[in-house]
Amino acid sequence: MDYTDKVVDHYTNPRNVGKIEDASGVGEVGNPVCGDIMKMFIKVENNIIVDVKFKTFGCGAAIATSSISTEMIKGKTLEEALSLKNTDVVNSLGGLPPVKLHCSVLAEEAIHEAIADYYRKEGKLTEEEIREKCNLKEHHCEHCGE
Amino acid sequence: MDTIYLDNSATTRVDDEVLKAMLPYFSESYGNPSSIYKIGRDNKKAVEEAREQVAKALNCEASEIYFTSCGSESDNTAIRGIAYANKSKGNHIITSKIEHPAVLETCKQLEKEGFEVSYIGVDENGILKLDELENAIKPTTTLISIMFANNEIGTIQPIKEIGEIAKKHQVFFHTDAVQAVGSVKIDVKELGIDALSLSAHKFYGPKGVGALYIRKGVKFDRFLNGGHQERGKRAGTENVAGIVGLGKAIEIAYRDLEEHNKLIKSLRDYYVEEIQKRIPYIKINGDMEKRLPGNSNISFRFIEGEGLLLNLDLKGICASSGSACTSGSLDPSHVLLAIGLPHEIAHGSLRISIGKYNTKEEIDYVIENLVEIVNRLREMSPLWEEFIEKEENK
Repeated sequence: MDYTDKVVDHYTNPRNVGKIEDASGVGEVGNPVCGDIMKMFIKVENNIIVDVKFKTFGCGAAIATSSISTEMIKGKTLEEALSLKNTDVVNSLGGLPPVKLHCSVLAEEAIHEAIADYYRKEGKLTEEEIREKCNLKEHHCEHCGE
Repeated sequence: MDTIYLDNSATTRVDDEVLKAMLPYFSESYGNPSSIYKIGRDNKKAVEEAREQVAKALNCEASEIYFTSCGSESDNTAIRGIAYANKSKGNHIITSKIEHPAVLETCKQLEKEGFEVSYIGVDENGILKLDELENAIKPTTTLISIMFANNEIGTIQPIKEIGEIAKKHQVFFHTDAVQAVGSVKIDVKELGIDALSLSAHKFYGPKGVGALYIRKGVKFDRFLNGGHQERGKRAGTENVAGIVGLGKAIEIAYRDLEEHNKLIKSLRDYYVEEIQKRIPYIKINGDMEKRLPGNSNISFRFIEGEGLLLNLDLKGICASSGSACTSGSLDPSHVLLAIGLPHEIAHGSLRISIGKYNTKEEIDYVIENLVEIVNRLREMSPLWEEFIEKEENK
């Protein structure tokens, strides 16, 4: 697989691996049938993501995109984190092989799910408002039919 | 960092003796075997000697051996060639679900051309269901194509029984023996094989050359049109150096078969035993008895195969996996799915295939690293976390 040095660096030494016991929000996307699961834990204080950790079951690209996206949202406001696009993740890795682009989408979705979970726990927004704000999508995978 | 090569089912290093035999044919002995003058005739002789070497290894006549460019070409030629040439008898072909793509894709192509193909299943160890095979035979069946040994899980099929079934029903039997030649004793007469594919680079020969055995009396159409080479069945100037290499490699393989198999089997068994002792929650894929001596295929639960391969690569270790991420598609290996593995376990498979150049020190190095890598990837895996939490709450 043709991975950039940055991707290799991130799957070799992934940043922020682990879980946050008292996380403000947790987001999990993907499924084992497709071979990728990402779980993102965030700690939020005053609308800022002060800590973030991840666990990923998946290929090198899945691990690298999880790792770099945690770096990209740490210290950011929730709005900034929500504006992070999968293409930003890909660009910061110096590119991904085409067959691996879905991994970056998974990373973006995991962040959105974690923030949505935070909003739900906070209880200020309705589910509809959360879905719109976090741009939540139904998991769509032609492969596993879910 | 040294390369620890444990992917001998993918290809092998050329044996020094083989290379030495090949080298003159790139320089001083460059004649075209079809030419009338001496350097042509000498090369014709070299090709025919190689043909004898292959025939001796398989216990057939030299005139039943056709040289090709690779195992895939041999498979394509055998299946399409026999299917086309016997069309007047019928259009039905039988194969298995765990064949190499060279066979499966050829069968799919034939389906598009109006042939009918039955794909026979295997049991949980990857052994062909013989009753299913026999039941699938119809009056229109002309060919059964079942691989000798599987490339992923190393399972060796009941070839003799398949040969008997084929003979009983007067159907031709082709076997893709690319993985078996050089590791398994093969007597085509005794096993009732009508056609067999092999490839030199799987047994310490060069890449780019294969052979096809087709029993005298089996009609088949040629694959490559052109000159009269290979008795009019396969046009193209012979790859003399490659053919000489193939001949030498198969001769060495069967000369040293016992010793070779003993060595690689002991290393393989050692590896599997150590991994079983040291890593929990694994699944050994394939049959442990009816198996190629150098093959191991283990699924490490809760982790994904590509991540495993990348981490092994960083340690200089070459292996392969049946995970979707390494197959270039979304599905894990069709072989692992055919033996009934759930997707998530198929994704975590690791094939280590041992060859004659491997040492116990190398296997020890692999085991040490594998234990560490599997642990690290599991620590990173949400599936492992869930599993452990469930275990603790029991």
